[in-house]
Amino acid sequence: MSDTTSVKLSDAAIRRRMLADFWFYFRQNRGAVAGLAVFILLVLVAVLAPLIAPHDPTMQYRDALLVPPVWQEGGRAGFLLGTDAVGRDMLSRLIYGAQYSLFIGIVVVSIALVGGIVIGLVAGYFGGWVDSVIMRVMDVVLAFPSLLLALVLVAILGPGLTNAMIAIAIVYQPHFARLTRASVMGEMRRDYVMAARVSGAGNLRLMFRTILPNCLGPLIVQATLSFSSAVLDSAALGFLGMGAQPPASEWGTMLAEAREFILRAWWVVTLPGLAILISVLAINLMGDGLRDALDPKLKRS
Amino acid sequence: MLLKKIAIAGAATLLLCSTALPTFAKTFVYCSEASPEGFDPAPYTAGTTFDASAHPIFNRLVEFKKGTTEIEPGLAETWEVSADGLEYTFHLRKGVKWQSNDAFTPTRDFNADDVIFSYDRQGNKDNPWHEYIAGITYEYYTSMELPSLIKSIEKIDDNTVKFVLTRPEAPFLADIAMPFASIVSKEYADTLEKAGTKEDFNNNPIGTGPFKFVAYQKDAVIRYAKNPDYWGEAPKIDDLVFAITPDAAVRLQKLKAGECQLMPYPAPADIASIKEDANLKMDEQAGLNIGYLAYNTTMAPFDNPKVRKALNMAINKQAIIDAVFQGAGQVAKNPIPPTMWSYNDAVQDDAYDPEASKKLLEEAGVKDLSMKVWAMPVQRPYMPNARRTAELIQEDFAKVGVKVEIVSYEWGEYLKKSMEPGRDGAVILGWTGDNGDPDNFMGVLLSCAAAGEGGANRAFWCNEDFSALLAKAKQSSDVAERTKLYEEAQVIFKDQAPWATLDHSTQYVPMSAKVSGFVMSPLGDFTFDTVDVAE
Amino acid sequence: MIRFILGKLLYLIPTFLGITVVAFGFVRVLPGDPVLLMAGERGMTPERHAEVAAQLGFDKPIWMQYFDFLNRLLHGDLGNSLVTKKPVLTEFLSLFPATVELGLCAILIATLVGVPVGVLAAIRRGSWFDQISMTTALIGFSMPIFWWGLLLIILFSGILQWTPVSGRISLMYFFPSVTGFMLIDSLISGQKGAFLSAISHLILPSVVLATIPLAVIARQTRSAMLEVLGEDYVRTARAKGMPPSRVVGVHALRNAMIPVITTIGLQIGVLLAGAILTETIFSWPGIGKWMIDSISRRDYPVVQSGLLLIAAIVMLVNLLVDLTYGLINPRIRHK
Repeated sequence: MSDTTSVKLSDAAIRRRMLADFWFYFRQNRGAVAGLAVFILLVLVAVLAPLIAPHDPTMQYRDALLVPPVWQEGGRAGFLLGTDAVGRDMLSRLIYGAQYSLFIGIVVVSIALVGGIVIGLVAGYFGGWVDSVIMRVMDVVLAFPSLLLALVLVAILGPGLTNAMIAIAIVYQPHFARLTRASVMGEMRRDYVMAARVSGAGNLRLMFRTILPNCLGPLIVQATLSFSSAVLDSAALGFLGMGAQPPASEWGTMLAEAREFILRAWWVVTLPGLAILISVLAINLMGDGLRDALDPKLKRS
Repeated sequence: MLLKKIAIAGAATLLLCSTALPTFAKTFVYCSEASPEGFDPAPYTAGTTFDASAHPIFNRLVEFKKGTTEIEPGLAETWEVSADGLEYTFHLRKGVKWQSNDAFTPTRDFNADDVIFSYDRQGNKDNPWHEYIAGITYEYYTSMELPSLIKSIEKIDDNTVKFVLTRPEAPFLADIAMPFASIVSKEYADTLEKAGTKEDFNNNPIGTGPFKFVAYQKDAVIRYAKNPDYWGEAPKIDDLVFAITPDAAVRLQKLKAGECQLMPYPAPADIASIKEDANLKMDEQAGLNIGYLAYNTTMAPFDNPKVRKALNMAINKQAIIDAVFQGAGQVAKNPIPPTMWSYNDAVQDDAYDPEASKKLLEEAGVKDLSMKVWAMPVQRPYMPNARRTAELIQEDFAKVGVKVEIVSYEWGEYLKKSMEPGRDGAVILGWTGDNGDPDNFMGVLLSCAAAGEGGANRAFWCNEDFSALLAKAKQSSDVAERTKLYEEAQVIFKDQAPWATLDHSTQYVPMSAKVSGFVMSPLGDFTFDTVDVAE
Repeated sequence: MIRFILGKLLYLIPTFLGITVVAFGFVRVLPGDPVLLMAGERGMTPERHAEVAAQLGFDKPIWMQYFDFLNRLLHGDLGNSLVTKKPVLTEFLSLFPATVELGLCAILIATLVGVPVGVLAAIRRGSWFDQISMTTALIGFSMPIFWWGLLLIILFSGILQWTPVSGRISLMYFFPSVTGFMLIDSLISGQKGAFLSAISHLILPSVVLATIPLAVIARQTRSAMLEVLGEDYVRTARAKGMPPSRVVGVHALRNAMIPVITTIGLQIGVLLAGAILTETIFSWPGIGKWMIDSISRRDYPVVQSGLLLIAAIVMLVNLLVDLTYGLINPRIRHK
């Protein structure tokens, strides 16, 4: 009885120890910490959007079309960052836009990650013709430039946020599949897998409980990278009119709507782009930190 | 400081570059908004294609008088119409020279064979030139109903051609003044057929028009030179260049930078700044178009004219003009634009009045109505941003207690689904006139015939009285009588309210202050044979 | 070596077949009707619709359409555009040089700036140069380039008026297209100022397109250099008293270049994706913009064959990268 508890305790202790280790290395990267701070801020903004946004993001103030930001001549205190062409408050739209970006990132990465892991595990675990067929299919997907493929997929599924996310996830998924497959093939030769097999573990158990946890490091790094790419690509799709549809305050879509005012109203063009840049940058900074903290080889150098 | 220095250096280099340029003949650059599909006007339908092919390079038997929708002689000097309205005899202009290029030198002038060839190749499936490019079709020829209208075309002599029709058709002359009916050279076709390069008929056009085709670099630039042998008044410019620039903001910047002298379709947002610019001037004209919201008049509760009228009263159209058109348009009350003959100005529009609207809805027994509004995914001249318009209508309808869901589809899908009889919801769409005839609006968009499968009547509205008036007007060649009939039809239309008539957009053509002689076409064509530019 | 290349090529055949299926299949499931699109707001009677569809070959069963497509593909026929009615291959060839010119210029900028910056950052690890350049690189890597392009246009073409707004060369110059590359053609033409004009038109789009590859190359070069600098033989060379410039120049740089070349090669796909956005913003008449327009116009044959051509190019470039890698690093060849 006491034995098991002590084992459990030490298990938790090991995990805590690993986390502390990770945090120790992560903390050393100032950029990563800054990125994390911005990211947390972004999450807070997204979650608290209904509380902190001064206006409803789709409310049109017909008497306030294209009002400049408050510090500029003609600006109004009610609209800190100005309004867009139909009189919607820019600040509120930007705040609600954070929801879209985070949501897109999470959904895309989840779909791509889960899909990629399953496919990669199957390919790497079974090998042979299963592996060949799966990997050829992945090759086909990877032969198309990602944005072009996403565009065609969205054209097929119909423009809109959901379909844009599905399209991007499909395009990203082979990266995860390849990564998983490579790690699985490496792990398969290890003794502990042999031991588990000999002790009679089934295929599923072997794949998901024994092998998978040991391949997670590179997948986490890839997931962060994909998160920022997903935000960028969905904004690009929105910009091309194939992503989230107006009046959604998705940043790329806002940018597309603002294009005609490029010479007249700098704020409607500049601010959404800046928002995209800052959030993507923050996530990438975090990703760099994660990679350094998770990759022992780089840790040493 | 450093920045300033660089700027000066940059400006100096630019100046050097521009002074070092060799002197050119008088060149006029037009920043066009899209690539032409090809240079044979017959198989295509886009206005941009006609601006690049039919107008500079070709002529028609009859032409629209510049700046109007009236008919004037073109390659036919005179014509007679038989008393029953079934026979049109055209007397062709003599001594009209065909243009030449590297592969073709004409041996004869324009004559009746060219006219017959130009029509026959479109209508006659056995003509070897009917499908000279795989998959080619003649959409305008078909949709103007010429296959069923033209019984025969006879050559009386080299300079006389007779068209025999199957029924009297008032808009016939207007139809054949349209770009698709451009006259092409039979001799050129024969030459190409012998050389085995039929596709050059489309790539390397030969016409009788004011300008000769020189070169086209796909999606970038088209070049023309003045046709020295042009039968009409010689153009004042030597070289005509189309710089293809799809983005409106970019077009404007090019115009401001002097990279081109004239542009179509400025972004509504830029109108004000263009007006302020002393180096630019701008022509404006009410466009020959209509933007509308078509209810499905076959589905409850929209089969009740009262409900339709109530909804029409709930729409603040002026707000749409302000927010979507930035003022570059006017509120529409009739299904035809005010610049068109027979426009009935006596018709009263349903005034914006949410309270009265609510009351009327109550009277009609409509409660908790929720409906769909369809917003087109593309920009059209009559509707620069359907999405934004739909959002405005959504808010307006909310005020009278009607919930709106905005739906949109890909453009081809939109056109298809909006035509399906059981369609759920009201559709935002519009129309730009082809030839200035009222029948080209009301007949195409609102007649019973068009309410059937494949027609363009997206309200599925079939009113016997209305359609009878249109049919009568189409048979008559007396303009005064036709005007009266169409005016009556507009009264019925307003009373029955199958559409909410939204807007007629204003067309703006910004150009350099140095440009003179440009005439806006009510049909939205851009022609440059009378244009001049000061040095 | 020849066996190695042949093996690689054989390996590509199933992938290529897969690509034809995907390109063909995608286009068939695209919603919307290209025939109706031709009629616009006017609409079309069902009889006329059937007639036009039959003329375009859309009435045959799907599998027959696919084999028609493959068969014509083998004969070098990629079909005709529904919009312009011209052969897709002709259109592709007339637009492709513009994209290649833009892409080459971008990759040149990215390499010429990215590699030295990466090397310098690695040598001076931890210095202010390292920190600033790597921060800038990360910003570049995070850049939404469609927005970046708009900003540059506002600044350089709008406010400062240094560069032209769009297009490939000033319209004042007119000369026959010999190679399709504006820089070369303008030189051949011998017209004064033409070359400069072509460059001034090319500069902004290439900078925009180069942004992300530049950032990737700089980061990759830095980490490759760091790795090599930590290797034993470099340390040995250093310990033996070899001057630092020689250590870096002879030993480190050469070995660090292997992964860097791969990185550069892998940027081709990134460039093609970026070209879609860059060409749209700058009205650059290349294949990226052509594809976008064709997708929205439901120009089936163009989308289908365009996808095919682009995928084939990406595959070939990847093959070339593989081969170069095999040449530089013989160990891979024998694996």
